[in-house]
Amino acid sequence: MQLVFVGGGGAAAATTASMSTLSREDNAAMSSEDSSSPDEAELELGLGLSLGGGFKNQQVAVKNQYARILTAKDLPSGVSASSSFSSTSSSSSTLSRANAMAGTKRSADSVSAAPNGASSQVVGWPPIRAYRMNSMVNQAKSVATEEYSSIIGKNESKTAVLEKTNNGSNINNSKVRTSLFVKVNMDGIAIGRKVDLNAHGCYETLAQTLEDMFLRPTPTVNSIRSSAPQHNLMVEATRCPQLLDGSSEFVLTYEDKDGDWMLVGDVPWGMFLSSVKRLRIMRRSEANGLAPSLQERNGRQRNKPI
Amino acid sequence: MLRMARSLPEEVLEHVFSFIHSDKDRNAISMVCKSWYEIERWCRRRIFVGNCYAVNPSMVIRRFPEVRSVELKGKPHFADFNLVPDGWGGYVYPWIAAMANAYPWLEEISLKRMVVTDETLELIAKSFKNFKVLVLSSCEGFSTDGLAAIAANCRNLRQLDLRESEVDDPSGHWLSHFPDSFTSLVSLNISCLGSEVNFSALEHLVGRCPNLRTLRLNRAVPLDRLANILRRAPQLVELGAGTYSAELRPDVFSSIAGAFSGCKELKSLSGFWDVVPGYLPAIYPICSSLTSLNLSYATIQSPDLVKLVSQCQSLQRLWVLDYIEDIGLEALAAFCKDLQELRVFPSEPFALEPNVSLTEQGLVSVSEGCLKLHSVLYFCRQMTNDALVTIARNCPKMTRFRLCIIEPRTSDYITLQPLDDGFGAIVEHCKDLRRLSLSGLLTDRVFEYIGTHAKKLEMLSVAFAGDSDLGLHHVLYGCENLRKLEIRDCPFGDKALLANAAKLETMRSLWMSSCSVSFGACKLLGQKMPRLNIEVIDERGPPDSRPESCPVEKLYIYRTLAGPRFDMPGFVWTMDEDSALRFS
Repeated sequence: MQLVFVGGGGAAAATTASMSTLSREDNAAMSSEDSSSPDEAELELGLGLSLGGGFKNQQVAVKNQYARILTAKDLPSGVSASSSFSSTSSSSSTLSRANAMAGTKRSADSVSAAPNGASSQVVGWPPIRAYRMNSMVNQAKSVATEEYSSIIGKNESKTAVLEKTNNGSNINNSKVRTSLFVKVNMDGIAIGRKVDLNAHGCYETLAQTLEDMFLRPTPTVNSIRSSAPQHNLMVEATRCPQLLDGSSEFVLTYEDKDGDWMLVGDVPWGMFLSSVKRLRIMRRSEANGLAPSLQERNGRQRNKPI
Repeated sequence: MLRMARSLPEEVLEHVFSFIHSDKDRNAISMVCKSWYEIERWCRRRIFVGNCYAVNPSMVIRRFPEVRSVELKGKPHFADFNLVPDGWGGYVYPWIAAMANAYPWLEEISLKRMVVTDETLELIAKSFKNFKVLVLSSCEGFSTDGLAAIAANCRNLRQLDLRESEVDDPSGHWLSHFPDSFTSLVSLNISCLGSEVNFSALEHLVGRCPNLRTLRLNRAVPLDRLANILRRAPQLVELGAGTYSAELRPDVFSSIAGAFSGCKELKSLSGFWDVVPGYLPAIYPICSSLTSLNLSYATIQSPDLVKLVSQCQSLQRLWVLDYIEDIGLEALAAFCKDLQELRVFPSEPFALEPNVSLTEQGLVSVSEGCLKLHSVLYFCRQMTNDALVTIARNCPKMTRFRLCIIEPRTSDYITLQPLDDGFGAIVEHCKDLRRLSLSGLLTDRVFEYIGTHAKKLEMLSVAFAGDSDLGLHHVLYGCENLRKLEIRDCPFGDKALLANAAKLETMRSLWMSSCSVSFGACKLLGQKMPRLNIEVIDERGPPDSRPESCPVEKLYIYRTLAGPRFDMPGFVWTMDEDSALRFS
């Protein structure tokens, strides 16, 4: 079926010098060119299988030349797939190498531009307002009663932690309270979590939160803490967190802007916030090489404000 | 007929026109003849500007000298999802400054997605002596200092609504700036504020405003304060509770329950952060008269939700998290026969696997049980063409249908086909459809269906869909009433855009990001279409530092009488007649 492009109101017809007729056959030809690359199909199959339940459809769907199910997770490794995808889109033969590369870069960018170093998020998808995301994220933190925490425990154990983009809430001239999410990984646990550092005012509450997340997988109800709404209120530390006082088998460390790993707790909280990139709960045995951050800085003779 | 028109005195015509409120009708009146144009423009009191850059303030003021109410919208819709970089624009100050001179009797200002500063709010507070209504929807750039100025100076303020705005609020003391003599408040929405307001100031304010009908509190208002507030305002019609959690105690419970029972007029509830289910029965007494329920921040599980909605027989609007699950939606379908609008939001949008049992079946149930359903926003993880066909057949009166299948390009999970036929059924059966958002695996065929059937469609949102320019062409060519089109991550390039350039002047705006429109095509459009602003948004640097065939990152095209704007940041370029010269 041939389809000739006509200008939308006639006025534009004269400008469309660069147009060509587009036909269904052209489309089909383009797509079949594409799907005849078994390596890509294999790649998608492999990825599909590794994602677990709910993605079985990917296996069969690859046969359908239109069924290119690229998930956000596929994009970084499936960059070649996406570049060929964008090259079929405008069937113009003038598509240059630069174009294809730009397309690739773009799709990679749209993934890497995702919030706070998150790996597999596409910007702005799913389409949920930043306002709602903020509320949901704050929600996940607050623990009010036993019923509530058991429900949350059930959900948290099988899902990734909610994201929040920092981009949308940074306003030029005002100091809106934004979230500062950083990833937290623990040695021996495959799935990392995220924690909002701006919701804490000191190391103690942060460490307690992390202990609850990682060292006590089913949250227990601390009767003193459960009675107070958590939102924006600093909870008094009821005991010195094990992660900080050296009694635990694990220590809490962080990676700073320069890529160095430091022990958490040595610098003032504000300074910590401004330099932390991510956290890691490390086995004490592995952390022996880490001196407290101050010593380390001096040792490397770097010029840093105290 | 002409003679009659000439013979009617102006005052009579003006009186007749005063009954005409809709913009469309007013515009039609103004086109009848020159004298009607003149009469109409002097008596138009409400102005709606859907894109603040489509006209400039002086044009509006010149034509309509006696305006009392202004509504402006700024950033494109996709700014809600962080697709528009900060600093893009949407500054309202120039409008306020112009209106401060021209409209001293201005009473109402409604802004959406605009940048509002404290300076702006102070100017509003000082310039309009009879100021009554301020609605700031999804705005940003201001703090509670600006709000304090409004509170202190607007003696006749009736409505202050900050819905979903980002406010810098270091303290809640701005509320105390309402003088003790201030009693005119009818509607207050501070649900977006992060920090505590001064509770006694709030209670005192609520207590002395006898006409208060809408009160939306923020999360920082704890449950035990709610009872006090409700007792002071039993006439409330719309309430947004704050945090709905506290230690379960019978005295607190009976206090809350009693306060709710006292509010015989309550029709709308929202808020409910951090819900403790044990306190839900406190609202059971008023459920039967509720018409609107927004539980989209409430982490209540389906058994409690079922108990709740089964008592809300008058419910017309429900916003809820997907904790409601299919089983809760079945209950909704069974008990809430008057339901018109349903929005189901995802509780864990980034989870790899579903955390709740909410599928296409839930929406199908509601479509079967609620015959008045016409507005849907549904986030889910799986869908079938059959389900969509069923929904389309059950709801021919659908006007807004937004489906978001969380994983991009998800096919029909049973047949593994694209969802073209399903959405095709929606546009075919729902002849009054005005707004549509697509998701899932979609080919050019769905756009052919849309172009063929969706004749009343005004707004279309597309993501990760289509195969070629043919798709975009179908929509631009076929959708006669299309006003707003927003597209992201689709393989649409230059052809369809250039072929339908004239169509763009009949629309408010077109957004395309992560598509394949080349810089060359943008320049061409800019040259040929002087009444369009072609804005290239590209954070990689000037577009002419790359080949012409290189696709732009983001493209925002809108019709305008005001020409290119002057407040663009460094990453936005306008393609205009001179762009060919400038960029060569």
